[in-house]
Amino acid sequence: MNGQRSLSRAFLALLRRDLVLAVRQRSEIGNPLLFFLIVTAMFPLGVGSKPQLLQAMAPGVIWVAALLAALLSLDAIFRSDFEDGSLEQILLSAHPVSVLILAKVLAHWLITGLPLLLVSPLIGVLLNLPQGATATLLLTLALGTPILSLVGAIGVALTVGLRKGGIILSLLVLPLYVPVLIFGSSAVQTAAAGIPVTGQLSLLGALLLLALSLSPVATASALRISLS
Amino acid sequence: MMKFFHKLGSPPYFYGFAGRLAPWLGIICLILLVIGLYDGLVVAPTDYQQGESYRIIYIHVPAAWMSLFIYMVMAVCAVLTMIWRVKIAEVIATASAPLGASFTFLALVTGSLWGKPMWGTWWVWDGRLTSELILLFLYLGIIALYNAVEDKRTAARSTAVLTLVGVVNIPIIHYSVIWWNTLHQGPTVTKLGAPSIDPRMLIPLLLMAMAFQFYYFAVVLMQARAEILERERNTAWVQQLPEVNGP
Repeated sequence: MNGQRSLSRAFLALLRRDLVLAVRQRSEIGNPLLFFLIVTAMFPLGVGSKPQLLQAMAPGVIWVAALLAALLSLDAIFRSDFEDGSLEQILLSAHPVSVLILAKVLAHWLITGLPLLLVSPLIGVLLNLPQGATATLLLTLALGTPILSLVGAIGVALTVGLRKGGIILSLLVLPLYVPVLIFGSSAVQTAAAGIPVTGQLSLLGALLLLALSLSPVATASALRISLS
Repeated sequence: MMKFFHKLGSPPYFYGFAGRLAPWLGIICLILLVIGLYDGLVVAPTDYQQGESYRIIYIHVPAAWMSLFIYMVMAVCAVLTMIWRVKIAEVIATASAPLGASFTFLALVTGSLWGKPMWGTWWVWDGRLTSELILLFLYLGIIALYNAVEDKRTAARSTAVLTLVGVVNIPIIHYSVIWWNTLHQGPTVTKLGAPSIDPRMLIPLLLMAMAFQFYYFAVVLMQARAEILERERNTAWVQQLPEVNGP
């Protein structure tokens, strides 16, 4: 019948619901952002404020801080839905679970990844990142933070039923973030040196496509196990 | 042949089969280990560049091979777990994870011991070292997840998903780390030099690799037996076992 249409409607409905929930509870948007800012501000205080040192460290610092901010906010993807039972309803629905999960991950990225992207030029200025590298920083974050949300969703799905899930989540997810960190920060570093970065950007794009196609499936089966 | 595999999937049959097989594997491992160590530490010629300290490769290289091999075994078991829910596959994957982590750790430690006299430092952020370190983190994550989930079968299936996610990621991590290194600073460390290795050095290396394989198979079967006993402790066949029931 009109299964196609009702699927896209379910997708949009779920996306809207998550966004509305986030807007009603603004701290969910604000806190990871604040964390991102504070962590990056700690580095100059810790290692000294020599402009050259900061400039050399900036890409790595921004990327590690983005990684940690994403990690901190990951639990929100499924936790509250798990606690009030709506996650089970999502699993029981007639639509493919992986598509619905994609809606939830997209909402999570819009809530936590996108704001990060918007403040990162500011942090680049604070850390003395050369002007020329700012565009690359934005581009790598735009390609990389969705991967963080997608891969993180698998980890959350595996740990959502556990009482002490938070610390285990970071053990599971951080090793999987290594490629994103490497390509993201090396692209920014290379751009700061004035060398073209198409290689790293294509690799990040490839990783994003891979995560986009495989991670919802893995997340769906992980959720089924966690809720069984 | 297929019938044999079907029978192997049943815990009571596997328990008896593994119990009969494991000692033999252990004996083969011991023989290979003695010959390999003697051949490697005494008979094999000294390296003209590295002197005697190269001999650590007889532990280091087989351990590094095993660290990857065991992950592959776990991945195969994860597929069997996810698709056919084979209990024995769950048990073997569970028993393999700590062994894989130990081999990875052994490879890292021996590499670092070798690096101190050769490179002048315990640790270099070299591509291979780093990807081995991340492999260790993956193993530890799998063990942590398994221990965190209370129900054993759910835990086994959760770790199966994680193992498969890791399989997709391991090559990506490996190459990204290697490229990361070359992108940054170029090769500052010369690795083992020319790939052609003297056969008198190669033979003990292969013997040791086989010894490590047999060690793994023997120990994993014994661990799997223990795990089966724990999981099935309330079933009739375990209650009737002479070693459980007492004389």
